[in-house]
Amino acid sequence: MSSAVEKVIAGDVRTVARLIRDIDDKIPGVRDVLKALYAHTGKAYVIGITGAPGVGKSTLVDQMVNHYRKQGKSVGVLAVDPTSPFSGGAILGDRIRMQRHSLDDGVFIRSLATRGHFGGLSQSTRSAIDVLDAMGKDYIIVETVGVGQDEVDVVKSAQTTVIMVIPGMGDDIQAIKAGILEVGDIFVINKADREGADKTFNELRQMIDMGHNRYEEGKWKPPILKAEAVFDRGVTELLETIEKHRSHLFSESRGKTVRKKKERVREELAEMIKSRLIQEVLDRLLETGEFDGAVDAVAAGEKDPYTACDDLLLPKLRALK
Amino acid sequence: MVRERKLRVMVAKPGLDGHDRGARIIARAFRDAGFEVVYTGLHQTPDSIVKAAIQEDVDLIGLSSLAGAHMYLFPEVVKLLREKGVDDIVVVGGGIIPDDDISKLKAQGIVEIFTPGAKLDDMVDWVKTNVKPRSG
Repeated sequence: MSSAVEKVIAGDVRTVARLIRDIDDKIPGVRDVLKALYAHTGKAYVIGITGAPGVGKSTLVDQMVNHYRKQGKSVGVLAVDPTSPFSGGAILGDRIRMQRHSLDDGVFIRSLATRGHFGGLSQSTRSAIDVLDAMGKDYIIVETVGVGQDEVDVVKSAQTTVIMVIPGMGDDIQAIKAGILEVGDIFVINKADREGADKTFNELRQMIDMGHNRYEEGKWKPPILKAEAVFDRGVTELLETIEKHRSHLFSESRGKTVRKKKERVREELAEMIKSRLIQEVLDRLLETGEFDGAVDAVAAGEKDPYTACDDLLLPKLRALK
Repeated sequence: MVRERKLRVMVAKPGLDGHDRGARIIARAFRDAGFEVVYTGLHQTPDSIVKAAIQEDVDLIGLSSLAGAHMYLFPEVVKLLREKGVDDIVVVGGGIIPDDDISKLKAQGIVEIFTPGAKLDDMVDWVKTNVKPRSG
């Protein structure tokens, strides 16, 4: 076993931090470490927190960490913020609300940037979850804005997904309806002291019920909670509801559990192949200069991009056979 | 490898100083330069900054101080990093720093000091020239 693997399992913060950077930067050697770590995963409980910017995700996560620490549980937090599509840079500010935990050795907080088109956010976040899991964290909380396929995929790798809204976000609820509403296990209306909380509650109830109109025995019906995270109101109830959902998952029939696991593995594996393939092919094309050559040709009007794509890709695909 | 590591930097406000307009503007300039910027928020202790920097695996810590406590706070950050065996994070400082203090801070491991009037472009260039994402 390599020393990096041993150090992660022993909970060495520096090694874990550097490993997550290597995952993000797609350093090839990282795969061997992840392979060895995989056997040490599966113990942590993963919670996804998602919602539009400004609904209070970081504040809620901060309070949740506080509660878990009082229960003596260790926590890992992965806070995802968007990369600027223009500069490739990112401001990662989720820590601001959580800095009080930075001196606590039982808490590991890491900010991640979405990194754009070839980023493979879901892939690298999943690997980062594995690392924190192997490190021995009891709970891992993943916080994302939850917009777009990539982020929905991230949320799907959580065992319990919490979706946050605030009062008066009627249109936004419509916007999150497609795709993200379906993956919510628990809904939280934060800033519930504001006007319109009841209306938002009713709208949400209706929308969720519409998605759950087929009666199935023992099916989980997503509860809607009200909270004021900044005052620590509703957080205890949320944690209790998360535990209820957790025991619900454990109570499901063996057949269903196996089916769900297979489904998840199928998606994860497909995603892994996809991002690895893109990376390998693109790296090679960049290395040989073929890619830049094709860019020049298309930009100069000597070639159409469809032909350029064929010319670049087909020889590589033939080599696969 | 054609794939390059992304530069990760931390902008931090140590001490009781409550003014972070400058730090936020610098964070924004760093973002626009293509860096990933972790901002800690106000009122951090040297200890919390160092622990956060290690968890975030940053290449640079930029400390901002406008309240006069830089002679204690800045060197303390460097000292704590060294104590933890971290020697690959560059520490720089900025703010209202009297000229007389600059050489003293540099002698204690703060690599560069930026004072009022420093241009954003110059700071970004300095970082690009002097800070490399860690290798290996």
